[in-house]
Amino acid sequence: MREKKRVSSYVFSVIKYVSLILASVVSLVPVCVCILTAFKTNEEYASTSVLDMPATFAYFENFKIAFEKANMMRGFANTAIVLVVVLTVSVFTGSMLAYVINRFRFPGRGMIENLFLFASLLPGIAMQVTIYQIMYSLGLINHLYGYMIVLMGTDIISIYIFLQFFENLPVSLDESAIMDGCTYFGVFFKILFPLLKPAIMTSLVLKGVSVYNEYYSSNLYLQLPELKTISTALYTFTGPYGNQYNYICSGVIITIIPILVFFLVFQKQVYSGMANGAVKG
Amino acid sequence: MEKQSFKQWFCSRKVQRRLVIFTFLFIPLVLLLMFTYIPFGKMIQFSFYDMKYLGARTFVGMKNYAEVFERKEIFGSLFNSLYYMGGGVVQLALALFFATMMVFKVKGESVFKASLFFPYLICGIAVGFIFKFFYARGAVLDTILQMFGMNADNIPLWLQDQSINNVSLAATSVWRYTGQNVILFLGAMMSVDTDLYEAASLDGANRWQQFRYIILPSIKSIIVLNIILCVSGCLSAFEPPYVITNGTMGTGTYFVIMNRIAHENQKVGLASAMAIVLLILIILCTIGQKLFFKYVFDDGSSDESKAAVRKRKKAEKARKAMQAKGGAVS
Repeated sequence: MREKKRVSSYVFSVIKYVSLILASVVSLVPVCVCILTAFKTNEEYASTSVLDMPATFAYFENFKIAFEKANMMRGFANTAIVLVVVLTVSVFTGSMLAYVINRFRFPGRGMIENLFLFASLLPGIAMQVTIYQIMYSLGLINHLYGYMIVLMGTDIISIYIFLQFFENLPVSLDESAIMDGCTYFGVFFKILFPLLKPAIMTSLVLKGVSVYNEYYSSNLYLQLPELKTISTALYTFTGPYGNQYNYICSGVIITIIPILVFFLVFQKQVYSGMANGAVKG
Repeated sequence: MEKQSFKQWFCSRKVQRRLVIFTFLFIPLVLLLMFTYIPFGKMIQFSFYDMKYLGARTFVGMKNYAEVFERKEIFGSLFNSLYYMGGGVVQLALALFFATMMVFKVKGESVFKASLFFPYLICGIAVGFIFKFFYARGAVLDTILQMFGMNADNIPLWLQDQSINNVSLAATSVWRYTGQNVILFLGAMMSVDTDLYEAASLDGANRWQQFRYIILPSIKSIIVLNIILCVSGCLSAFEPPYVITNGTMGTGTYFVIMNRIAHENQKVGLASAMAIVLLILIILCTIGQKLFFKYVFDDGSSDESKAAVRKRKKAEKARKAMQAKGGAVS
């Protein structure tokens, strides 16, 4: 009996490791090949197999060309501005909304909550047909702030996260603060907001990743070359470099590096952010 | 004196309450109206007109809706969603498998977790380029297959050949999202008291029994949620064809076609009608599934249905029997 169990647990370990290694390889190969290709000269790219190592990993010419031709510096700057503004605003609006909905009883409260719930059912792309028309009539197209407003306006996830978090914050906290003479504003900013840290982290991670990677609205609302964000800057490779994948791959790598660094540093927060963000339903 | 009373008035709880409610709700509600409900209302209105973004509009009644159902390239494109649904099933199954593997102790867990999850963080456009390169003739996938001895003549054109290109595209979506699902499932599995696994294995439960009776029940609600999200996500599949093939050669999903009709052909009325039709479809599917799962599990909020209770009792019996047997052997 014991012998049999040992064999079966051995078999299980083999299956476990083989499948996990295989899956990791499949996950990483498409990206790794890009890294190899990004370091190849034009001649090398044309003559060697895609899986061959480049002659040297010290050849940065492709990165330089990609960086300049796609104006990625500008893209990074624009994306950074958008990230800071949108994340700050949506943390505040999301947590304030959740505070009011969770802590106060007033006419229309249930309806407002349902309006937000229903909004999460509507797929974003479908709405873009008419959002474009609204943006156009408000003169918000081709302005960085217009794009930021779109990103703030289509943000239901962080509201969910804050709503959920407030459920678990005891009301006695508010009550004792109010007894001490604190105003409602004071309760929110001084007492509750600092306690929201985990929820803020979660919403920053989820929203941050989605803003950094956003390209559809950016493509639609920021058409001037100097307004391109990092993802739409990358998109400019579609035309002129058609099949020059050594340039394209270096562009891809450049956009991946910041998020990779972020991920490696904040791995724990990213995972818990993903797990927390999913419980909406 | 008057100032004082104003201040008093201002500081009274009742006014303060109203003030806080109003100021905190104002911005989110304006944004919600501006980007969800006004566009939604306009969409319904536009769907009855023949119009462009600019210029005159003429009322055409139900003509746009008729066109949605009559034009084969529009309604037929919904069938492309089936490929993504197939991909979704594969993705959920793989994620469940890998998450289960990782719940049992694994050396180097963080490396596996990170490499599976990382694709999720890559921008859609970058994913598009990565896979254009991956699938290109004579590029990555072809080279790998030839390495394993496949004849170059037998390899299809992954993105052009209409018998396979939708599968290639759905595969990129599996590549991208499986790791994220693993993290979700793993998070739910970890919230179970880990002593349970140990206790079960001491009681002689094998891996399958541990999975079936401890892990699976603990993550049932999150699996159901993901199935529901998966179906609506597949109906509205957009990214892979949009960034990789731009919907050419029969890969256009419903939203890719809608996007083209709206922004390239500027047939705003028709695109609005398309959006409404899909919205209704998605809402019906979501409600249908919720009802279905509620029926299967008795009560949507509880993780344990009657069937599960029965099964658990059976498992307990089996465990007791096994204990008795173990006692007899020793």
